[in-house]
Amino acid sequence: MTSLAADTRVATADPGTRLVAKARWRWPEFLLWLFAIALIWIAPSRYLLFNEIVILALLALSIDLVLGFAGIVTLGQGAFFGLGAYTAGLMAKHGMGTFPWSDPLLGLVGAAIVAGFVGFLSSFLVLRGSDLTRLMVTLGVALIVQELGNKLDWITGGADGLQGVMPAPILGLFDFDIYGRNAYLYSLCTLFVLFLIARALVNSPFGLSLRAIKGNLTRARAIGIPVERRLVVIYTVGAAYAGIAGALLAQTTQFVSLDVLSFERSADALLILVFGGVGTLYGALIGAIAFKAMYDVLASATPEYWGFWLGLALVLLVLFARGGIMGLMAALMERFGRRRMGDA
Amino acid sequence: MLTILFDGIAYGLLLFILAVGLSITLGLMNFINLAHGAFAMAGGYITVVMVNRLGLSFFWSLPAAFIVTAALGASLERTLYVRLYDKNHLDQVLFSLGLIFMSVAAVDYFMGANQQIVNLPPALDGRLEFLGASIGYYRLFVIILCSLLTIGLQLVLTKTRFGSRLRASVDDQRVARGLGIDVSKIFALTFAIGSGLAGLGGALATPFFNIDPTFPLKYMIYFLIVIAVGGTTTITGPFLSALLLGVADVAGKYYVPAIGGFIIYTIMVLVLIFRPQGLFGRVTGR
Repeated sequence: MTSLAADTRVATADPGTRLVAKARWRWPEFLLWLFAIALIWIAPSRYLLFNEIVILALLALSIDLVLGFAGIVTLGQGAFFGLGAYTAGLMAKHGMGTFPWSDPLLGLVGAAIVAGFVGFLSSFLVLRGSDLTRLMVTLGVALIVQELGNKLDWITGGADGLQGVMPAPILGLFDFDIYGRNAYLYSLCTLFVLFLIARALVNSPFGLSLRAIKGNLTRARAIGIPVERRLVVIYTVGAAYAGIAGALLAQTTQFVSLDVLSFERSADALLILVFGGVGTLYGALIGAIAFKAMYDVLASATPEYWGFWLGLALVLLVLFARGGIMGLMAALMERFGRRRMGDA
Repeated sequence: MLTILFDGIAYGLLLFILAVGLSITLGLMNFINLAHGAFAMAGGYITVVMVNRLGLSFFWSLPAAFIVTAALGASLERTLYVRLYDKNHLDQVLFSLGLIFMSVAAVDYFMGANQQIVNLPPALDGRLEFLGASIGYYRLFVIILCSLLTIGLQLVLTKTRFGSRLRASVDDQRVARGLGIDVSKIFALTFAIGSGLAGLGGALATPFFNIDPTFPLKYMIYFLIVIAVGGTTTITGPFLSALLLGVADVAGKYYVPAIGGFIIYTIMVLVLIFRPQGLFGRVTGR
């Protein structure tokens, strides 16, 4: 903490006020969350889709913490997502719908612990080497977990998937109904709470030190930031977030398939984040909405060639629209002479 | 035992030919091109089309795979890749992932999603017994061809003017530029040759693996491991790491099939723990 104070004192006289000012809520943020709640009445028939969007947004958010704020390029966040999904799924399945094990909230906690623990262990590998080795390690860990999920079929159900996932009612009160209304609300509330934590985290001195590391590792180390420790912490937190996203999927769909561990999921989540805008937190949410909307339009026509459009969008995005949707919005805001909202 | 070693060497050499282009482009431009496998896939499908659809000889399809993918690589390099050299690694990863997704879908569209099998020419079918080992002619052919290519590459790198310019550019791009070496031209050429070699490797690999549209994704991790373990400053590093990986993978899948899939990842983890800069890599400022 002392190192950080030294870091920001150069810029302003009082880093505390500056941090607090940056962390203030702005009106578009309220609007977005109110809109998410209002969806219950606006489009009551699409709960399943909304639920999916929320889960994707949470997974993308977990990547944003790792990539957007600490600069770790990861292709393997799906490993933690899958671990979380299987943990929550197994807990709900073997808990037989009774309190300690089948409780959804405890399922989330369990998923976060398992995914976070594996994230913690693998973070030491991620610390080593360059971007290339990080890519290899994150991808490699994801492939190992995927292979394990396939081989340990007496636990995971293998290619058939994990069936009979029956979580108890949320808080003992709200059952998962077939329309998915409670499921959507449950996921949305989880996302909101985790979002608040993430928001507080990145606007804290800790978050600033992460950005210093991302900006220039050597200088960050020179001013006394414990680089390794910070990266281990954020990677572990990111893994736990991804695990909770997976747990939400397992609980709300009451099924876990090997598909939760697939590379495509990691890649999709990364794309969502990039579509939305890296390093903004809201990019993950907006990206997830945009991604699903795009999927609805393009994949309903030709589902098997969806990958082509996705790839094309990525290439164009990298070439022409750095910063994603949030970047474009920030540019628009700038043009109108307003304060930037995305710079959270 | 000898048979496994032999198969492993054939596989390792093939991996080397597939990955060497990636190693050089990464070392030269610090560009992470995940889409390298897409060029290999292109080579594989060229073979499929030529042998199965047009009825041409397998031997003709090999140079064709090289030339066509090299041309493809060169044109993509000049039009798209060249814009990304000064971007950060995340952009490069996203861009090349985008290319992978597009190539997978495009191949799916034109060739179908199922596996394609290439029948070997009669001259390469069959096995021979040697010192108690059973050696497939095709594997022998792959070993000989890949060894010749490797020797050729090494000679080009060490003995020719182009090679010394290339090595100079890899070592220190800025100084090389200052000496009047046209680094971007060298890079374009290297990229084309690297893609061509990947295409050739893909063509050679098709009878082994039976190619399908997910090839670039399936083998991406192998390429990454070869490069990360071998380092990007020489071609001997990737060569040795490819051999190691090939032998370990084949032996692992043969002796302990239950955990065979994990062998290469174990190697990866161990190397990272003990030698984070790569098994054969030099410690450089980069």
